[in-house]
Amino acid sequence: MKLSKEEVEHVAKLARLAVSEDEKEAFSRQLSEILTYVGKLNELDTSKVEPTSHVLDLSNVFRDDVVRESLPPVEALANAPDHDNNHFRVPKIIEERQ
Amino acid sequence: MELTGFTIHELQEQLKNHKTTSRELTRQVLERIKRVEPKIHAFMTVTDDAALAQAEEADQRLQSGRPVSPLTGVPIALKDNLCTKGIRTTCSSKILENFMPPYDATVVRRLKETGAVLIGKTNMDEFAMGSSTENSAFGLTANPWDVNRIPGGSSGGSASAVAADACAAALGSDTGGSIRQPAAMCGVVGLKPTYGRVSRYGLVAFASSLDQIGPITKDVTDCALMMNAIAGYDPDDSTSANLPSADYTRTLDRDLTGLRIGIPREYFIDGMDAEVLYAVKEAIRTMERLGAMTREVLLPHTEYAVATYYILATAEAGSNLARYDGVKYGFRVKPTKDLLEMYMKTRQAGFGPEVKRRIMLGTYALSSGYYDAYYRKAQCVRTLIKSDFDEAFKQADVIITPTAPTAAFKIGEKTQDPLQMYLSDIFTISVNIAGIPALSMPCGFTKTGLPIGLQIMGRPFAEETVLRTAYAYEQATEWHNRKPNL
Repeated sequence: MKLSKEEVEHVAKLARLAVSEDEKEAFSRQLSEILTYVGKLNELDTSKVEPTSHVLDLSNVFRDDVVRESLPPVEALANAPDHDNNHFRVPKIIEERQ
Repeated sequence: MELTGFTIHELQEQLKNHKTTSRELTRQVLERIKRVEPKIHAFMTVTDDAALAQAEEADQRLQSGRPVSPLTGVPIALKDNLCTKGIRTTCSSKILENFMPPYDATVVRRLKETGAVLIGKTNMDEFAMGSSTENSAFGLTANPWDVNRIPGGSSGGSASAVAADACAAALGSDTGGSIRQPAAMCGVVGLKPTYGRVSRYGLVAFASSLDQIGPITKDVTDCALMMNAIAGYDPDDSTSANLPSADYTRTLDRDLTGLRIGIPREYFIDGMDAEVLYAVKEAIRTMERLGAMTREVLLPHTEYAVATYYILATAEAGSNLARYDGVKYGFRVKPTKDLLEMYMKTRQAGFGPEVKRRIMLGTYALSSGYYDAYYRKAQCVRTLIKSDFDEAFKQADVIITPTAPTAAFKIGEKTQDPLQMYLSDIFTISVNIAGIPALSMPCGFTKTGLPIGLQIMGRPFAEETVLRTAYAYEQATEWHNRKPNL
């Protein structure tokens, strides 16, 4: 299994991860090697096997809708790299019209 | 008297009978940390003042005649992926370098309720991804038995600190072996409980269907005492099992007569380290002398465990780590022209190479067109691995294997080859995939003086059987009494 540099770029974009040329090179090589190893799973016929997502016999967990104390805004914002007036602030998302 | 080498149960006796105080003990442990840290760097943060204040409180509790727990006044260290209110919690990642959790993890709250003294936060592989603690963004941790060797990982700081007597006990987390493998490398006891046994509320998530918190201790009794403090149902964790938890010390000293030990052929492979093989086989013989019966069991899908794990764990990690986007907490690259660039550059600068590699692999495995070939395939193989254990546990009460294929390797030995590093978890990973409990304890030393780990696996929620097997073996041997020369 070979992961090309273009595929690395595509996956990096999906993962919201900027990658340098060196990183593209390294990921292409290392991920190809790991995927080749993982290809070992294809030795097994799993056409009649149900997937396991979780080992516990759990389904949805519900609780009563009871009002509980929540984090005060000051504390919730305390770790934010940028905030303003009880909001998280981020760089501009919407482009201005020409 | 020098108290830093004492176990929790030995300290409990000292404290309850007023032979010493928690203040004195905590002072000694802080001194010890100062002395050994330049050699091992087990800690990310040492909470001197808070610890001394907690020690004062513990002393008042011990003197007042109010109810005390075996942990009251005892210094405990926490892996730095467990949220501690107002104490920096970094996951040894640059992206969380200054993160101050606004709340305590449930295990932290429970330890505080026992009156334990929380001495500091331990170094780890970034986001618990690694087998050597070399992936920390803040420098590596050394093995107290040989400071040129790795302490294992990812809970390497916790295991190293316990082995170096820089705390009485510690908590770690285990997604593919991250408690047991460092416990083996450092010659201490480490337990990964059954999935769901210990609340993960406040544990920074890596792979949610595999992660579990557990103790790293100087002996098996301490492991049971720590489990008494942390195990049990928690409504704040929707994957926490709503089952009564036991007093894990109560059944420790039942003998092994009639216990059925399964030995999986697949874990005793050609080319295994001869000293590890010898030590584990000797341990099995000791257990037979103690009354246990051994038989071969089969775990035929063992050879697929590492591949299954590196799909499931990375896919879950890719999703879990999407939250580190420079918005709500953590590090942000500034300035950037727009939001997308902010996300991409923040994550590029904030994550280390191994974390990025796993995010990439996980994102690929979940991406359009590959989901069935990788993620769903791995989930199906997970079913096969789990049913191997279900079958094996029909014939055996516990399964015994080595914890790791070798003793501690040298710093730098495997950093250039991710796949070789992944393969060092070959004996621990299946346990997480199946969700069962497993413990590692020392069962010998190499000729060069490095500890060798024995792994004892049990049925789901059968921690008592695992601990009782471990206790019987420990009482029949002397390995746990050896200390590194630091």
